Amino acid sequence: MISVILNGEQRQVREGSVADLVASLGLDVKKVAVERNREIVPRSTLGEVALADGDALEIVHFVGGGC
Amino acid sequence: MTDTWSVAERTFTSRLIVGTGKYKDFEQNAAAVAASGAEIVTVAVRRVNVSDPNAPMLTDYIDPRKITYLPNTAGCFNADDAIRTLRLAREAGGWDLVKLEVLGEAKTLYPNMRETLEATEVLAKEGFLPMVYCVDDPIAAKQLEDAGAVAIMPLGAPIGSGLGIQNRVTIRLIVEGASVPVLVDAGVGTASDAAVAMELGCDGVLMNTAIAEAKDPIRMARAMRQAVEAGRDAYLAGRMGLRKYADPSSPLAGLI
Repeated sequence: MISVILNGEQRQVREGSVADLVASLGLDVKKVAVERNREIVPRSTLGEVALADGDALEIVHFVGGGC
Repeated sequence: MTDTWSVAERTFTSRLIVGTGKYKDFEQNAAAVAASGAEIVTVAVRRVNVSDPNAPMLTDYIDPRKITYLPNTAGCFNADDAIRTLRLAREAGGWDLVKLEVLGEAKTLYPNMRETLEATEVLAKEGFLPMVYCVDDPIAAKQLEDAGAVAIMPLGAPIGSGLGIQNRVTIRLIVEGASVPVLVDAGVGTASDAAVAMELGCDGVLMNTAIAEAKDPIRMARAMRQAVEAGRDAYLAGRMGLRKYADPSSPLAGLI
Protein backbone atom coordinates (compact mmCIF):
# COMPACT_ATOMS: atom_id res chain seq x y z
CA MET A 1 0.00 0.00 0.00
CA ILE A 2 1.07 3.56 -0.63
CA SER A 3 -0.10 6.82 0.83
CA VAL A 4 -1.68 9.47 -1.41
CA ILE A 5 -3.70 12.62 -0.89
CA LEU A 6 -7.00 12.07 -2.66
CA ASN A 7 -9.31 15.06 -2.96
CA GLY A 8 -7.55 16.67 -0.02
CA GLU A 9 -7.61 13.62 2.25
CA GLN A 10 -4.77 11.26 3.11
CA ARG A 11 -5.57 7.72 1.97
CA GLN A 12 -3.86 4.35 1.78
CA VAL A 13 -4.32 2.84 -1.67
CA ARG A 14 -2.99 -0.15 -3.59
CA GLU A 15 -0.06 0.36 -5.89
CA GLY A 16 -1.09 0.47 -9.52
CA SER A 17 -2.23 2.89 -12.17
CA VAL A 18 -4.49 5.90 -11.83
CA ALA A 19 -7.12 3.94 -13.76
CA ASP A 20 -6.93 1.16 -11.14
CA LEU A 21 -7.57 3.68 -8.40
CA VAL A 22 -10.53 5.25 -10.22
CA ALA A 23 -12.04 1.80 -10.77
CA SER A 24 -11.44 0.74 -7.16
CA LEU A 25 -13.42 3.78 -6.03
CA GLY A 26 -16.36 2.61 -8.13
CA LEU A 27 -16.20 5.64 -10.42
CA ASP A 28 -16.99 5.71 -14.12
CA VAL A 29 -13.78 6.79 -15.79
CA LYS A 30 -15.77 8.46 -18.58
CA LYS A 31 -17.43 10.86 -16.15
CA VAL A 32 -14.43 12.15 -14.22
CA ALA A 33 -11.19 14.00 -14.76
CA VAL A 34 -8.02 13.35 -12.82
CA GLU A 35 -5.24 15.68 -11.85
CA ARG A 36 -2.01 14.25 -10.41
CA ASN A 37 0.40 16.61 -8.70
CA ARG A 38 -1.39 19.50 -10.43
CA GLU A 39 -0.96 17.98 -13.89
CA ILE A 40 -3.96 16.68 -15.86
CA VAL A 41 -3.77 12.96 -16.51
CA PRO A 42 -5.38 12.53 -19.94
CA ARG A 43 -8.08 9.86 -19.94
CA SER A 44 -6.20 7.93 -22.62
CA THR A 45 -3.19 7.52 -20.33
CA LEU A 46 -4.94 6.78 -17.02
CA GLY A 47 -3.99 3.11 -17.34
CA GLU A 48 -0.33 3.88 -17.95
CA VAL A 49 0.37 6.41 -15.21
CA ALA A 50 1.53 4.64 -12.05
CA LEU A 51 0.70 6.01 -8.64
CA ALA A 52 3.62 6.97 -6.45
CA ASP A 53 3.80 7.38 -2.71
CA GLY A 54 2.89 10.95 -1.74
CA ASP A 55 0.97 11.74 -4.93
CA ALA A 56 -1.65 14.45 -4.66
CA LEU A 57 -4.70 13.47 -6.71
CA GLU A 58 -7.84 15.36 -7.55
CA ILE A 59 -10.77 13.51 -9.07
CA VAL A 60 -13.53 15.83 -10.23
CA HIS A 61 -16.80 15.73 -12.13
CA PHE A 62 -19.59 18.05 -13.17
CA VAL A 63 -22.13 19.11 -10.58
CA GLY A 64 -24.98 21.58 -10.62
CA GLY A 65 -23.83 25.17 -10.69
CA GLY A 66 -24.93 28.53 -11.88
CA CYS A 67 -23.46 31.87 -12.69
CA MET B 1 -37.40 32.04 -40.62
CA THR B 2 -35.67 30.76 -37.52
CA ASP B 3 -33.80 33.28 -35.45
CA THR B 4 -30.55 31.71 -34.30
CA TRP B 5 -27.35 32.90 -32.71
CA SER B 6 -23.85 31.49 -32.85
CA VAL B 7 -20.92 31.42 -30.48
CA ALA B 8 -17.56 30.06 -31.62
CA GLU B 9 -19.22 28.55 -34.71
CA ARG B 10 -21.83 26.66 -32.70
CA THR B 11 -25.39 27.65 -33.53
CA PHE B 12 -28.28 27.70 -31.07
CA THR B 13 -31.95 28.56 -31.31
CA SER B 14 -32.62 29.22 -27.63
CA ARG B 15 -31.17 32.46 -26.30
CA LEU B 16 -31.66 31.42 -22.72
CA ILE B 17 -28.85 29.71 -20.84
CA VAL B 18 -29.73 28.34 -17.44
CA GLY B 19 -27.70 27.28 -14.45
CA THR B 20 -28.05 23.99 -12.65
CA GLY B 21 -27.46 25.11 -9.06
CA LYS B 22 -29.78 25.65 -6.09
CA TYR B 23 -32.57 23.31 -7.24
CA LYS B 24 -34.48 21.12 -4.79
CA ASP B 25 -33.39 17.99 -6.62
CA PHE B 26 -32.21 16.76 -10.01
CA GLU B 27 -35.77 16.02 -11.17
CA GLN B 28 -36.87 19.60 -10.61
CA ASN B 29 -33.71 20.86 -12.25
CA ALA B 30 -34.24 18.72 -15.35
CA ALA B 31 -37.91 19.76 -15.59
CA ALA B 32 -36.95 23.45 -15.34
CA VAL B 33 -34.33 23.07 -18.07
CA ALA B 34 -36.94 21.43 -20.30
CA ALA B 35 -39.50 24.18 -19.61
CA SER B 36 -36.92 26.89 -20.27
CA GLY B 37 -36.13 25.48 -23.69
CA ALA B 38 -32.45 26.10 -22.95
CA GLU B 39 -29.92 24.31 -25.14
CA ILE B 40 -26.99 25.24 -22.92
CA VAL B 41 -26.64 24.76 -19.16
CA THR B 42 -23.85 25.93 -16.91
CA VAL B 43 -22.25 23.35 -14.67
CA ALA B 44 -19.62 23.48 -11.96
CA VAL B 45 -16.54 21.29 -11.56
CA ARG B 46 -16.13 19.82 -8.11
CA ARG B 47 -14.42 16.97 -6.31
CA VAL B 48 -16.10 13.59 -6.60
CA ASN B 49 -17.47 12.32 -3.30
CA VAL B 50 -15.13 9.36 -3.03
CA SER B 51 -16.98 7.94 -0.05
CA ASP B 52 -20.24 7.67 -2.00
CA PRO B 53 -19.45 7.01 -5.67
CA ASN B 54 -23.01 5.86 -6.37
CA ALA B 55 -24.58 9.20 -5.44
CA PRO B 56 -26.81 10.46 -8.28
CA MET B 57 -25.01 12.64 -10.79
CA LEU B 58 -26.19 15.58 -12.84
CA THR B 59 -25.34 13.73 -16.06
CA ASP B 60 -27.92 11.07 -15.14
CA TYR B 61 -30.66 13.71 -15.36
CA ILE B 62 -29.46 16.22 -17.93
CA ASP B 63 -27.94 14.44 -20.90
CA PRO B 64 -24.76 16.16 -22.09
CA ARG B 65 -25.31 14.70 -25.55
CA LYS B 66 -28.56 16.65 -25.87
CA ILE B 67 -27.85 19.76 -23.82
CA THR B 68 -24.53 21.58 -24.16
CA TYR B 69 -22.70 21.64 -20.84
CA LEU B 70 -20.93 24.93 -20.28
CA PRO B 71 -18.37 24.40 -17.51
CA ASN B 72 -18.17 27.40 -15.27
CA THR B 73 -15.47 28.59 -12.88
CA ALA B 74 -17.86 29.97 -10.27
CA GLY B 75 -16.11 30.00 -6.92
CA CYS B 76 -12.67 30.80 -8.35
CA PHE B 77 -11.06 33.96 -7.02
CA ASN B 78 -7.89 34.03 -9.12
CA ALA B 79 -6.81 33.27 -12.67
CA ASP B 80 -4.78 30.18 -11.73
CA ASP B 81 -7.68 28.44 -10.00
CA ALA B 82 -10.01 29.25 -12.89
CA ILE B 83 -7.57 27.95 -15.50
CA ARG B 84 -6.92 24.80 -13.48
CA THR B 85 -10.66 24.19 -13.12
CA LEU B 86 -11.26 24.56 -16.85
CA ARG B 87 -8.39 22.28 -17.78
CA LEU B 88 -10.07 19.62 -15.64
CA ALA B 89 -13.44 20.44 -17.18
CA ARG B 90 -12.04 19.99 -20.66
CA GLU B 91 -10.68 16.60 -19.66
CA ALA B 92 -13.92 15.54 -17.95
CA GLY B 93 -16.21 16.61 -20.74
CA GLY B 94 -14.05 16.84 -23.81
CA TRP B 95 -15.28 20.29 -24.84
CA ASP B 96 -13.49 23.60 -25.09
CA LEU B 97 -16.42 26.02 -24.94
CA VAL B 98 -16.28 27.21 -21.34
CA LYS B 99 -17.49 29.99 -19.11
CA LEU B 100 -14.81 31.93 -17.29
CA GLU B 101 -15.63 33.80 -14.16
CA VAL B 102 -12.99 35.07 -11.76
CA LEU B 103 -14.56 36.61 -8.71
CA GLY B 104 -13.21 39.57 -6.78
CA GLU B 105 -14.95 39.26 -3.42
CA ALA B 106 -17.62 37.16 -1.74
CA LYS B 107 -19.90 40.04 -0.76
CA THR B 108 -20.67 41.33 -4.24
CA LEU B 109 -19.32 38.46 -6.40
CA TYR B 110 -18.13 41.19 -8.72
CA PRO B 111 -15.50 39.94 -11.16
CA ASN B 112 -11.81 40.65 -10.64
CA MET B 113 -11.18 42.08 -14.10
CA ARG B 114 -7.38 42.01 -13.93
CA GLU B 115 -7.41 38.28 -13.19
CA THR B 116 -10.25 37.70 -15.65
CA LEU B 117 -8.32 39.32 -18.48
CA GLU B 118 -5.18 37.37 -17.66
CA ALA B 119 -7.09 34.07 -17.53
CA THR B 120 -8.84 34.85 -20.83
CA GLU B 121 -5.48 35.29 -22.56
CA VAL B 122 -4.06 32.05 -21.17
CA LEU B 123 -7.19 30.05 -21.99
CA ALA B 124 -7.41 31.38 -25.53
CA LYS B 125 -3.75 30.44 -26.10
CA GLU B 126 -4.49 26.92 -24.85
CA GLY B 127 -7.27 26.52 -27.38
CA PHE B 128 -10.21 27.14 -25.07
CA LEU B 129 -13.22 29.14 -26.25
CA PRO B 130 -13.97 31.26 -23.20
CA MET B 131 -17.29 33.01 -22.70
CA VAL B 132 -16.41 35.59 -20.08
CA TYR B 133 -18.35 37.00 -17.12
CA CYS B 134 -17.40 40.65 -16.66
CA VAL B 135 -18.36 44.05 -15.38
CA ASP B 136 -20.78 46.10 -17.48
CA ASP B 137 -17.95 48.24 -18.83
CA PRO B 138 -17.69 48.72 -22.61
CA ILE B 139 -13.92 49.23 -22.45
CA ALA B 140 -13.33 46.07 -20.42
CA ALA B 141 -15.57 44.22 -22.87
CA LYS B 142 -13.35 45.34 -25.77
CA GLN B 143 -10.23 44.25 -23.92
CA LEU B 144 -11.73 40.82 -23.27
CA GLU B 145 -12.64 40.44 -26.90
CA ASP B 146 -9.08 41.35 -27.93
CA ALA B 147 -7.80 38.78 -25.42
CA GLY B 148 -9.79 36.00 -27.06
CA ALA B 149 -13.20 35.95 -25.40
CA VAL B 150 -15.75 34.29 -27.70
CA ALA B 151 -18.64 35.92 -25.84
CA ILE B 152 -18.95 38.85 -23.47
CA MET B 153 -21.14 38.23 -20.43
CA PRO B 154 -21.67 41.41 -18.43
CA LEU B 155 -23.53 41.31 -15.16
CA GLY B 156 -26.91 43.03 -15.05
CA ALA B 157 -26.68 43.18 -11.24
CA PRO B 158 -24.77 41.13 -8.63
CA ILE B 159 -25.01 37.34 -9.00
CA GLY B 160 -28.03 35.94 -7.19
CA SER B 161 -29.41 39.39 -6.33
CA GLY B 162 -32.39 39.40 -8.68
CA LEU B 163 -32.13 43.18 -8.92
CA GLY B 164 -32.56 43.31 -12.70
CA ILE B 165 -30.57 45.27 -15.27
CA GLN B 166 -29.11 48.16 -13.30
CA ASN B 167 -27.44 50.02 -16.14
CA ARG B 168 -29.13 49.77 -19.49
CA VAL B 169 -26.78 52.30 -21.00
CA THR B 170 -23.61 50.29 -20.42
CA ILE B 171 -25.23 47.06 -21.58
CA ARG B 172 -26.36 48.79 -24.78
CA LEU B 173 -22.88 50.26 -25.32
CA ILE B 174 -21.31 46.82 -24.90
CA VAL B 175 -23.75 45.35 -27.42
CA GLU B 176 -23.04 48.13 -29.91
CA GLY B 177 -19.28 47.77 -29.60
CA ALA B 178 -18.95 43.98 -29.58
CA SER B 179 -18.29 41.75 -32.55
CA VAL B 180 -18.85 38.61 -30.45
CA PRO B 181 -22.14 37.66 -28.77
CA VAL B 182 -23.14 39.56 -25.64
CA LEU B 183 -25.18 37.78 -22.98
CA VAL B 184 -26.36 39.29 -19.74
CA ASP B 185 -25.05 37.03 -17.02
CA ALA B 186 -26.38 37.50 -13.51
CA GLY B 187 -28.84 39.85 -11.91
CA VAL B 188 -32.05 38.80 -13.62
CA GLY B 189 -34.85 38.43 -11.07
CA THR B 190 -38.01 38.03 -13.07
CA ALA B 191 -39.28 37.76 -16.62
CA SER B 192 -39.33 41.49 -17.39
CA ASP B 193 -35.61 41.72 -16.54
CA ALA B 194 -34.83 39.09 -19.15
CA ALA B 195 -36.99 40.94 -21.67
CA VAL B 196 -35.11 44.17 -20.94
CA ALA B 197 -31.78 42.48 -21.62
CA MET B 198 -33.04 41.18 -24.94
CA GLU B 199 -34.65 44.51 -25.90
CA LEU B 200 -31.23 46.11 -25.44
CA GLY B 201 -29.96 43.85 -28.20
CA CYS B 202 -28.19 41.18 -26.20
CA ASP B 203 -27.76 37.85 -27.93
CA GLY B 204 -28.90 35.96 -24.88
CA VAL B 205 -29.34 35.81 -21.13
CA LEU B 206 -27.89 33.49 -18.52
CA MET B 207 -29.69 32.96 -15.24
CA ASN B 208 -29.92 30.50 -12.39
CA THR B 209 -31.34 31.84 -9.16
CA ALA B 210 -34.31 33.61 -10.76
CA ILE B 211 -35.62 30.22 -11.83
CA ALA B 212 -34.30 27.98 -9.05
CA GLU B 213 -35.56 30.21 -6.23
CA ALA B 214 -38.96 30.98 -7.74
CA LYS B 215 -41.82 29.41 -5.78
CA ASP B 216 -42.65 27.43 -8.91
CA PRO B 217 -39.34 27.04 -10.78
CA ILE B 218 -40.85 25.21 -13.72
CA ARG B 219 -43.45 27.90 -14.38
CA MET B 220 -40.76 30.58 -14.00
CA ALA B 221 -38.56 28.71 -16.47
CA ARG B 222 -41.39 28.87 -18.97
CA ALA B 223 -41.93 32.57 -18.22
CA MET B 224 -38.24 33.23 -18.86
CA ARG B 225 -38.38 31.41 -22.15
CA GLN B 226 -41.29 33.55 -23.26
CA ALA B 227 -39.69 36.75 -21.95
CA VAL B 228 -36.47 36.10 -23.84
CA GLU B 229 -38.43 35.42 -27.01
CA ALA B 230 -40.62 38.49 -26.50
CA GLY B 231 -37.65 40.72 -25.78
CA ARG B 232 -35.81 39.45 -28.81
CA ASP B 233 -38.82 40.03 -31.04
CA ALA B 234 -39.28 43.53 -29.66
CA TYR B 235 -35.63 44.31 -30.38
CA LEU B 236 -35.89 43.00 -33.94
CA ALA B 237 -39.21 44.78 -34.48
CA GLY B 238 -37.64 48.11 -33.50
CA ARG B 239 -39.49 49.95 -30.80
CA MET B 240 -41.37 53.23 -31.29
CA GLY B 241 -39.68 56.46 -30.37
CA LEU B 242 -40.22 58.04 -26.99
CA ARG B 243 -42.30 61.22 -26.73
CA LYS B 244 -42.48 63.60 -23.84
CA TYR B 245 -46.24 64.07 -24.13
CA ALA B 246 -49.33 62.28 -25.39
CA ASP B 247 -50.06 61.53 -29.01
CA PRO B 248 -53.58 60.30 -29.82
CA SER B 249 -53.98 56.98 -31.59
CA SER B 250 -57.38 57.82 -33.10
CA PRO B 251 -57.69 60.31 -35.98
CA LEU B 252 -58.57 63.87 -35.05
CA ALA B 253 -60.40 64.39 -38.36
CA GLY B 254 -64.13 63.63 -38.42
CA LEU B 255 -64.69 64.20 -34.73
CA ILE B 256 -68.38 64.84 -34.02
